[in-house]
Amino acid sequence: MKHLLLAATLSLTASAALACETVTLGDLSVEHGWSKVTIGAGRPGVFYVSISNVGATDDALVGISTPAAGMPMLHETVVKDGVASMPHAMSIPVPAGQSVQLSPGGYHGMLMGLTAALKEGDSFPVTLSFEKAGEVTVNVEVLSLRAEGPDCADAGQ
Amino acid sequence: MLGVGAYRTRSRPALGAVLPVPISEMTWQLTDEKNQRVRPADWIDRPVMVFFGFTWCPDVCPTTLSDISLWLEELGAEADRLIVALISVDPERDTPDALAAYVGNFDPRILGLTGTADEVARAASEFRVTYRRVDKDDGDYTMDHTAGVFLFYPDGRFASIIDFHDDRRFAVPKIRRTLS
Ligand SMILES: [Cu+2]
Repeated sequence: MKHLLLAATLSLTASAALACETVTLGDLSVEHGWSKVTIGAGRPGVFYVSISNVGATDDALVGISTPAAGMPMLHETVVKDGVASMPHAMSIPVPAGQSVQLSPGGYHGMLMGLTAALKEGDSFPVTLSFEKAGEVTVNVEVLSLRAEGPDCADAGQ
Repeated sequence: MLGVGAYRTRSRPALGAVLPVPISEMTWQLTDEKNQRVRPADWIDRPVMVFFGFTWCPDVCPTTLSDISLWLEELGAEADRLIVALISVDPERDTPDALAAYVGNFDPRILGLTGTADEVARAASEFRVTYRRVDKDDGDYTMDHTAGVFLFYPDGRFASIIDFHDDRRFAVPKIRRTLS
C-alpha cells in the first residue's frame, strides 16, 4: 500500500512537472506545452504552449514537428462575423520583450495524421522551429478534453 | 417566413444581424447521441442553449464545450431544466456514436445532435447559422462554422448569443436570464 501511494505521488509529480518545465533557447523560454485527449487517431490533436522572448531581437515561430503526428501545422483560430475558421499561420511573431501564447481559441499547433490516439497522462515531444533562435524541443502533456491548461505553481496559464 | 419577418420587425435587430427563428416556429428534426429523434416541440417550455460545431474540431469546439461545462457547474441544479445541445455541422463524420463518445467528455447535460446533410442544413438555417466545408490538400477537410452559443427563453423566443470570446462573467448572467 505504501509503495502504491508512493508510486502514485511520484507519477503525479512527474506529470505536473512535465508541462510546467521551462526550456530555454537563447533569449527564448518555452513552457506549458500541453495537448488534449483525442477520440481515436483519426481526429486531429492540438498543441498549446507559452513562449517568451526576453531578448532585444524579434523572433518568430515558423514550424513544429513531432513524432506524434505526420502532419503538424501552425494554425490560428479566427472568429470573423461570428464564424470561426482556422487558417494556417505561416509564422507566429514572438516580439522582443514579449510573450506569446498558443492557447485555446487563438494560435495552436494542429496535429494532423496522429500516429496514435492521444490519451490523458501521455506525453510526447514537440520541436519548435524559430526563425532566428533555431530549434528547441519541449515535452507536451496530454490533458483531458475539458482541460483549460496545465496546473503550474507559477500560474503562467 | 411571414412569422420570421414579423418577429424581426418587432425586435429591431442590430444592423445586418438576422435573428434565429423562435424555437416554437422551427421545423427541423435531428437525431441525438442516443439515436433518439428530436424535434423543436420537445423543447417547448424549457430554456434552450445551442451551439454548432463538430467533433473533428480540435480547438474552438472543445473550448466552447469546456466553457459550457463550467457555466453549467456554476449554475448547478438551477440549469437542470436547460436544454443544452451541440448540433453537428459535419454529419458526414459525426454519427450519433461519434457524438456520444465526444459529449461524454463534458457536462452530462450536453446533448449531441446530428442528422442527414439536409436535416442539418434546415436546422442551421433556422438558427441563422452558417457553415462551410474547407478541403485540405491531403483529402481531409475541416469546417468553418458560426461559433456563438444561442440562448432561448422557455417560450421559444430567442434571448441572446454568447460570443466565442465573451467573458465567463457575462455568460452566466445571460444564461440565468433565460432560466426564470
Ligand atoms: Cu487548427
